Amino acid sequence: MAHVLPDLPYGYDALEPFISKQIMELHHKKHHQTYVNSLNAAEQAYAKASTPKERIALQSALKFNGGGHINHSLFWKNLAPASSEGKGNGGVLRDGALKEAIVKTWGSVDKFIAEFNATTAAIQGSGWGWLGYHPTLKILEITTTANQDPLLTHVPIIGVDIWEHAFYLQYLNVKADYLKAIWNVINWDEAEKRFAEA
Amino acid sequence: MSAVLTAARSAVRAARPSARAIPAASLSLAARSVHTLPKLDYAYDALEPHISGQIMELHHSKHHQAYVNGLNAAEQSYAKAPSPKEQIKLQSALKFNGGGHINHSLFWKNLAPQAQGGGELAAGPLKDALVADFGSIDAFKKKMNSVTAAIQGSGWGWLGYNPDTKKLEIVTTPNQDPLLTHVPILGIDIWEHAFYLQYHNVKADYLTAIWNVINFKEAERRFVEAAKSA
Repeated sequence: MAHVLPDLPYGYDALEPFISKQIMELHHKKHHQTYVNSLNAAEQAYAKASTPKERIALQSALKFNGGGHINHSLFWKNLAPASSEGKGNGGVLRDGALKEAIVKTWGSVDKFIAEFNATTAAIQGSGWGWLGYHPTLKILEITTTANQDPLLTHVPIIGVDIWEHAFYLQYLNVKADYLKAIWNVINWDEAEKRFAEA
Repeated sequence: MSAVLTAARSAVRAARPSARAIPAASLSLAARSVHTLPKLDYAYDALEPHISGQIMELHHSKHHQAYVNGLNAAEQSYAKAPSPKEQIKLQSALKFNGGGHINHSLFWKNLAPQAQGGGELAAGPLKDALVADFGSIDAFKKKMNSVTAAIQGSGWGWLGYNPDTKKLEIVTTPNQDPLLTHVPILGIDIWEHAFYLQYHNVKADYLTAIWNVINFKEAERRFVEAAKSA
């Protein structure tokens, strides 16, 4: 069963000026596509592997490319054209269960965003910042994963890619500016949907 | 040396503050081990067209500078840490920023403009060892590139001297982990900030290009010293 690159729910330029068309195009067509291709190749190899040792040897390729495919698929969906630009629903957190839970946990949405950004910016290397729902503690938490590790300990509500390819062409080394800007295009409706399901 | 020359030198030295003089204000414990950003031995645009001036400037004046600042801050905190637990908490900041400073300092020196010999591997002990351990120079470069490109995330590709086997080996370190198991002979930064502005996602092209500006003279110097002390 071959994995395929999901289409974006919006045009490559739809998240401007917050995330550039150039970045979106490279990120989707090149980076995510590569994870899809490599995941398919790794799975083919895994199907042919005849010993535990061979299978274990393939684990890192499956985790890296599988994680890359999972993470980016979630990412495209939790982004949306900015409402502030009149382009869509991005950046708008409506009153509801998710907003209540965020305010309850962090005091305010702004405080949540500040803590999320600080935690994500502090990742030492490549990785992802996540708002996740802990399934047994039943609370929202900010957490991170390294490289392309998928989020396993929590239900992913919002993911933010902090690999340099996600922002460097536009924001250079100033990742704090990228992290500020991205909240204009976060798809809170999708986040709410994931939270309701979790 | 002539008396005139000596006098002239003394005069010049007296006229400008010696680089070694330490201002009284910074003689405190905290300032004793302040790390500083090393200067490059070449201009930002000197490695063009293989590595752009824009990348070199950001990489040196922003990224490496941030590791230096982060390291100094972490060391200051460490000096004040009152317990093993507090010290252990600071380890990741020390490793990340310390490693970043170590790695980039090595990196700038193992790059050189072609005008300064970048890309040239002269006949000598390093060339001999590379051929002995990898079969050919091309085979070595190919392996270095494929191993470095295969890093899953951020990190460094290294040509390292294994002090136990006395062989040259290609190894990698993740993120800003410094190379500890081998003596670093050559390091290649494969963090996206090292190439993305110029090469985008095509890191293979960056890895092909960088060999034009690898400072093999510096690599040989490191190799000869490593082989001596082993």
